[in-house]
Amino acid sequence: MYAYDELDHAVINERVDEFRDQVKRRLSGELTEDEFKMLRLQNGVYLQLHAYMLRVAIPYGTLSSKQLRRLAHVARRYDRGYGHFTTRQNIQFNWIKLAELPDALADLAEVGIHAMQTSGNNTRNVTSDQWAGVAPGEIEDPRIWSELLRQYTTLHPEFSFLPRKFKFAITASAHDRAAIKIHDIGLRLHKNAAGETGFEVLVGGGLGRTPFIAKTIKPFVHGHDLLSYVEAILRVYNQYGRRDNIYKARIKILVHELGIDKFAQEVEDEWQQMREGALTLDDAVIEDIRSRFTYPAYEKLPHMPEELRKAAHDPHFEAWRNNSVALHKVQGYAIVTLSLKPVGGPPGDATADQMDAIADLADKYSFGEIRVGHEQNLALPHVARRDLPALWKALDKIGLATPNVNLVSDIIACPGLDYCSLANARSIPIAQELTRRFANHATADLIGRLHINISGCINACGHHHVGHIGILGVEKNGAEFYQITIGGRADENAELGTLIGPAVPYAEVADVVEDIVEAYLALRVRPDELFVDTVKRLGVEPFRERVYATR
Amino acid sequence: MTSPLEQKKIRITGPSVVTANRTWDGAVIYRTVSHNWSERLSDAAIVRTSEDARALLAESVVDDVGAVGAYVAPVEIKESGNIKPGNLREYIRVHGVTIDLPVPA
Amino acid sequence: MPLVKSGKTTNDDFVHIADEVAIPSEGAVLISAARFVSDAEALSLRAARTGVIWPNNRDLDDLVPYLDRVAVVALVFPSFRDGRAYTQARLLRERHGYRGELRATGQVLRDQFLFMLRAGFDAFEVKKPGDAEAFASTVKRYSVFYQPTGDGRLTALHRRMLLRHSESASQ
Repeated sequence: MYAYDELDHAVINERVDEFRDQVKRRLSGELTEDEFKMLRLQNGVYLQLHAYMLRVAIPYGTLSSKQLRRLAHVARRYDRGYGHFTTRQNIQFNWIKLAELPDALADLAEVGIHAMQTSGNNTRNVTSDQWAGVAPGEIEDPRIWSELLRQYTTLHPEFSFLPRKFKFAITASAHDRAAIKIHDIGLRLHKNAAGETGFEVLVGGGLGRTPFIAKTIKPFVHGHDLLSYVEAILRVYNQYGRRDNIYKARIKILVHELGIDKFAQEVEDEWQQMREGALTLDDAVIEDIRSRFTYPAYEKLPHMPEELRKAAHDPHFEAWRNNSVALHKVQGYAIVTLSLKPVGGPPGDATADQMDAIADLADKYSFGEIRVGHEQNLALPHVARRDLPALWKALDKIGLATPNVNLVSDIIACPGLDYCSLANARSIPIAQELTRRFANHATADLIGRLHINISGCINACGHHHVGHIGILGVEKNGAEFYQITIGGRADENAELGTLIGPAVPYAEVADVVEDIVEAYLALRVRPDELFVDTVKRLGVEPFRERVYATR
Repeated sequence: MTSPLEQKKIRITGPSVVTANRTWDGAVIYRTVSHNWSERLSDAAIVRTSEDARALLAESVVDDVGAVGAYVAPVEIKESGNIKPGNLREYIRVHGVTIDLPVPA
Repeated sequence: MPLVKSGKTTNDDFVHIADEVAIPSEGAVLISAARFVSDAEALSLRAARTGVIWPNNRDLDDLVPYLDRVAVVALVFPSFRDGRAYTQARLLRERHGYRGELRATGQVLRDQFLFMLRAGFDAFEVKKPGDAEAFASTVKRYSVFYQPTGDGRLTALHRRMLLRHSESASQ
């Protein structure tokens, strides 16, 4: 966990004071809504269907127990007792009053939490692998670089009014859990032949109306040059990104219109002029940031402790352990995923009580640390394997041990028309119904890894384009309809899903998904051929036939 | 329910109201005949022509301090004279989310 | 429209001359980029001060050769949401070494003053009188800055390093 020092705290506190003044001037009429809107967006404040929504940043998905408790406090004191974890590792509160926002932000600032730049046409949360620092085989902790980037992009005087939003993601593992290929800048940390740390830099990924998979602009940028190279990219984008049409303003459009080679050349020309400047990171500065990340004092523990051996007879515990517990880089420890996708529940939500309970469990079993994943689940990254049975019992009591991680009922969904003023259709009730249809654990297990992503509109906050099954809400004659795509992926083999046919009405979506799953079970060559690989092998035709035969 | 934020030219196909969110707390509000805002749909001024809708909207947005994001929304007028939300989006704004909140509101 | 320089509201010496109007031989003037470029040599030799208004969608290349001869470069924020002039400002100051007055024009509002200052602007045609009055207090809002710009402020990264060194030095 990165420890904020007085300098970091100063920025956050000064930001709260500034926003307090801006809110005051808005409520007095000194600022019009037109002038205020961008300012509130720069503090993560959206206007939604029923109320304002506050999007709080959880930098690279890492929280301390103290911070999680404070989020619970905000949920209780200023909201309706719950929060929603998002596909960018942030948390959203749906009912906060504008007039109370400065106080809520002040409460969060006390524990080093902010909402800076979680919205608006600026650089957003730098997301990363929720297993950063503990995943076996990871090259080095990407969060150090995420923090360097976070600081560099916070209140950047040149890049606070970009043509459109700008999102970064970093991965440091062979398997990309951070979905870097659908980000404006994706960074793959690796070492060159000389053993130096650097990044493959990809640009122009993004979903929405015109989805693109990011392209490599430079195969290796040395760690020392990360900030200067990013500045070169941002500068080219700030100057040449389109400002005449918000649907064509993301960097992905600029990359597409120029072509990656020309774009790369523009960036290179800019970079060559400033690469030896003040943004060059030296080892001392990198080590200083690294030193502020504390890691647990792991004990020397056995891989198969007695507690675990004894608990193995319990099938419920075993089902959960096989599903939600992953290998840790340190022997005797485990990474535990907490599913926020209970049967019948809205995906990704946690109540204030649950947050407090998770904070206590983190203190007891995870050195006080919690992670947030873009799949809208949480994780405890440092659990001793001997503590797994006790942890499971505690999680089960509070509804956080559904053994469905990465399975068909582990659905990623945006808030949809129930909350969001941009939406065409609802997404949460669709997700809820699907969890009910696939509630049987044995069935879900039989189906295997299958990611369903649901977006309530083309803005694609549910990342439907890269879902194994993607569901997009559209409107037809005032009614809710849904387009279904299959075969998308968000990882290192990222690709966009393919539409299987005409949109289907709300009431039929769950049936359609069942048909697709049935088709897959009938067509797979082996039980361990993943759904998404079956689609790759056979194309969408067999699935289309099955779904539309009777429709 | 195509987001009315995308409305370019106001064209109504039935009785409509002007609705917005209250600036200080975000609550759903409706423009009334007395040039004010009410939280109750039953208090809303009804317009029946596109021209009247435009006029009502233009008059509403003058109040930049009290309300944000005003737009024209369809309603249904029942036989009894009761005003009902005219689509799912407006239904949700009147009645709240269509799902159970994780904790009672 | 108040002009703020050195943190205070001040009189604007410069008169904006429209393209169709003849440029007076005396007096400080601001003229359009198109006009300046078409007659750059002659205009840059003008005895009285000449400033140019440079649009935010135009490359700086045509202006750079004359930077040591213009008195003012006025950059434009057509909307406060259009941030292109921040890049132009930094390039003028940091890459091309421009030392004259760098003026922010267009929709210039209080909440962008500090960004503008950091980017290199030192004069502001402020839209609202209230904002102009608040200039001095507004630019003191922040005491910590993460990014190096031409404003010479120490970044947080470097302040930390200095703190560290002084800590270890005193041990």
